[in-house]
Amino acid sequence: MESLLDFSPLAQEFTTILTGFWSTIRLTLMSALLALILGTVLVAMRVSPTPVLRAAGTFYVNILRNTPLTLVLLLCALGLSDTLQYTLSGDSPTNYYWWAVLGLSAYTASFVCEALRSGINTVPNGQAEAARAIGLTFTQSLRLVVLPQAFRSVIAPLGSILIALTKNTTIVIVAGYIEASSVMKQMFDDYGGTLPIFMGFAAGYMVLTLPTGFFFGWLAKRMAVSR
Amino acid sequence: MSTTSVLFDAPGPRARLRNNILTLVSAVVLLAIAYVVIKGLADKGQFEGKLWQPFLEAQVWTGQIIPGIVATLEAAVVSAVLALVFGVVFGLGRLSDHAWIRVPAGAVVEFFRAIPLLLLIFFAQAGPATISGYTVSVPAFAAVVIGLTLYNGSVLAEVFRAGILSVPRGQSEAGYSLGLRKGGVMRLILLPQATTAMMPAIVSQMVVLLKDTALGWVIAYEELLNYGLKQIPSNFGNLIPSAIVISLVYIAINLALSYVANRLERRSRRSSKTTATVVGAPTAVGVGGGAT
Repeated sequence: MESLLDFSPLAQEFTTILTGFWSTIRLTLMSALLALILGTVLVAMRVSPTPVLRAAGTFYVNILRNTPLTLVLLLCALGLSDTLQYTLSGDSPTNYYWWAVLGLSAYTASFVCEALRSGINTVPNGQAEAARAIGLTFTQSLRLVVLPQAFRSVIAPLGSILIALTKNTTIVIVAGYIEASSVMKQMFDDYGGTLPIFMGFAAGYMVLTLPTGFFFGWLAKRMAVSR
Repeated sequence: MSTTSVLFDAPGPRARLRNNILTLVSAVVLLAIAYVVIKGLADKGQFEGKLWQPFLEAQVWTGQIIPGIVATLEAAVVSAVLALVFGVVFGLGRLSDHAWIRVPAGAVVEFFRAIPLLLLIFFAQAGPATISGYTVSVPAFAAVVIGLTLYNGSVLAEVFRAGILSVPRGQSEAGYSLGLRKGGVMRLILLPQATTAMMPAIVSQMVVLLKDTALGWVIAYEELLNYGLKQIPSNFGNLIPSAIVISLVYIAINLALSYVANRLERRSRRSSKTTATVVGAPTAVGVGGGAT
């Protein structure tokens, strides 16, 4: 029975585990960056005065938000990369890394878009009307009045999305790129599914997610617009 | 939209002209993108009839897609019910006056919300087998349900807590002053009002839960994704068409659920039966919903 509380596999595989979590971090950061860019483009489309762009943005968000991430990543890895032979790099792990990043950020961007859009919607109409009334141009009112308030109110939702993204990188296991959850699966196969291994990996993810949560919570409170 | 938007003034003649030009340009760009995508697929021969043919056959639907949908819904419904129970127990636990209930309940909820769902599913499958010395084996269905229950239950616990807290304090004070006890205030005053306020958030969490059943793929639980993206393509060699059809099925189911959520939200906004403010949906990002 003492083998059930055996922490030695964690020590033995320590470098592999660290490499796994390093992959998780790289996936998270790169996808977060791309998702933020794509999400901003999408939200610009969804609030634009052009009906065609609005419809296209809505279409994208509704499709991606209602498809399971597992399916999105499988489509990237098995479909676009393996079946259609669109490779992003000659090196196989690098190729799968980029496809995983693209899948994650395409999926996350739809949530970023919705968060940003609800941020813009929290700015009262009176603010923009006041800005126009004192003679600010469109860009000025956007830059000086609307966007600063909108950005502050989306800090907390964006933090939640970043945390969710960190946890979602585990699904990259279906897309053939090795990160922390695949390392855990491998260790379960090698050493058995013991509690210490599970707790070790759970702690690893909590080290990534909890400080992010506290940081964004603190930032959101600090930057909150008092209305 | 442009008249009510915070961003734009009502357009004048010049702005209307500019908007029309923008519409034209963006339509051309979007059509160009669509053309490139479709041409890319066509060049790789993805529109050949024999790849799409299987989806016109009744056998593929009755033998694979419908059983897949049933298995997905089974896992989703069972975990949804269990997650609601888990959520009520731990949500109320976190509101308890006794620290020895409140603190452990909070720790459990925060723990399951902070770690990825996939880790839970893996451990639910491998853990019991190892700990029992390989005498117990957890079926894939149970592993999926356990993982989904613990994770979504914890998210729902937070929703419940927020729902109860959103009822103004005067309501429970009024209840106490009528001579109700804690249980009575909770049962007769707080819960009925909070339920209305929480409904939209609960339903949108159900969409997340339904999407997350797709994780069954990883541990070979035979649900919609497994049938549709493993079995059909291995029979017909049509991965891309299958992926498109399967995602349409998921989108249809989820849009139907979201529609219900929106209807509920609108109804509870109008409702005068509750004093509670509607609880915002947790940021629903697939396997991750909003941890704080």
